[in-house]
Amino acid sequence: MITVEGVHKSYNGTEVLKGVSLVVPEGSVTALIGASGSGKSTLLRCVNLLELPQAGSVQIGDERVTFDGGNRPGRSEVLALRRQTGMVFQNFQLFPHRTALENVMEGLLTVLRWPRAQAKERAMALLEKVGMAAKADAWPANLSGGQQQRVAIARALAPSPKVLLCDEPTSALDPQLAGEVVEVLSQLAREGTTMLMATHDLRLASTIAAHVLFLDGGDIIESGSARQVFAEPVDPRTRRFVSSLSAVTGASAS
Amino acid sequence: MPSWLNLMIESLPSLLWACLLFTIPLTLLSFILGLSLGFVAALVRLFAPWPLAAVVRFYVWIIRGTPLLVQLFLIFYGLPSVGIVLDAFPAALIGFTLNVGAYTSEIVRAVLLSVPKGQWEAAYSIGMTWGQALRRTILPQATRIAVPPLSNTFISLVKDTSLAAAITVPELFRAGQRIVATSYEPLILYVEVALIYLVVSSILSSLQAHVERRFSRYGGYLEAAS
Repeated sequence: MITVEGVHKSYNGTEVLKGVSLVVPEGSVTALIGASGSGKSTLLRCVNLLELPQAGSVQIGDERVTFDGGNRPGRSEVLALRRQTGMVFQNFQLFPHRTALENVMEGLLTVLRWPRAQAKERAMALLEKVGMAAKADAWPANLSGGQQQRVAIARALAPSPKVLLCDEPTSALDPQLAGEVVEVLSQLAREGTTMLMATHDLRLASTIAAHVLFLDGGDIIESGSARQVFAEPVDPRTRRFVSSLSAVTGASAS
Repeated sequence: MPSWLNLMIESLPSLLWACLLFTIPLTLLSFILGLSLGFVAALVRLFAPWPLAAVVRFYVWIIRGTPLLVQLFLIFYGLPSVGIVLDAFPAALIGFTLNVGAYTSEIVRAVLLSVPKGQWEAAYSIGMTWGQALRRTILPQATRIAVPPLSNTFISLVKDTSLAAAITVPELFRAGQRIVATSYEPLILYVEVALIYLVVSSILSSLQAHVERRFSRYGGYLEAAS
């Protein structure tokens, strides 16, 4: 579904991604784990081209964009690839001037040019799915963090993206509110939504991810099934990181 | 009836007429045109390649760095020397528009920058183009923040249009001057003129409060004390 090959990204000479390649199979969840600054957020943002890599290629479904240093890809190429994706942000980033319902409708109305009634129907169905139908007319400012994130998930899903990218979806939430979000994401995972998520949340990663990739210093150091990476990490860096996560959350690594 | 009151009442129709025919149209037109100019200038400064951005910076530098009265004189009395002869009203309109454009471009630039970058990214993430993100996501949020500083500009402008008297536009202040020339009652007439400006400004201020209330319905910000 997603194929990333040899992606390089640097800012002002600092190399954040050093030729990362990965494949996200259709209908499964892949988690990117790693310390802050390991490059996992940047990698995620290179997949929907919010950041443009200097080299490498990104393919989602049939859309493929290749980078070769000098020339930037065309705007329509970038849009075509990005429109295969939806994204959930750490800080939700709901549109504060639109109600929950309008947030979810926005992509359908503005980008896909759906008629209003049809967009509203789909948006309501999605809010229902994330358990937010009762708050359809609420302003984001009046919702809790967990509620905002659930609306944000519905907004990301509205245009039926092929893949949902989640950038630390629970990191700004206390454990209880994070729980609601984990629940919604696991339901999506069970339904076969393809997801790629960067996360610090061991509970999130171990509950819903089939595959786990461990990033360190802009490279993928270790990859495997969630069970394998969390229970029997091979690389010492992975081992150190996983044990630090378990210590923080108090959870068992398996 | 005291004679001063009598004079005020007698002068009122011609003062109001000048206000209605010149002060208000000059204010509204130059604000609308100036704000459009300022908006384009702000977009150029933020998003266009540097040579264009440099042109805008130069324009803002010139306009902000020279007195409005001097600019008006240059346009009305100076330009005829190079063959550009303008009537008083269009000359004033051009002067005020350029002025409003320079000041509002800085306001527009600041409020566009005040919307968090994450809002652009959220808009892009659901597939919007730059223009859609600007129109649907950034501008509505920026406009809310822009209301108080733009209202400042607008209210200043109402009063600044009195400078147009100096280039013979028969607006409110000049109408007052003409009556003073025949009645020899500067105190009474200029108080009356000042009161009319005050009334117009006050109406605009209450309009500002109304617009701000409309924009605050979605909450999430410190509510203005009312």
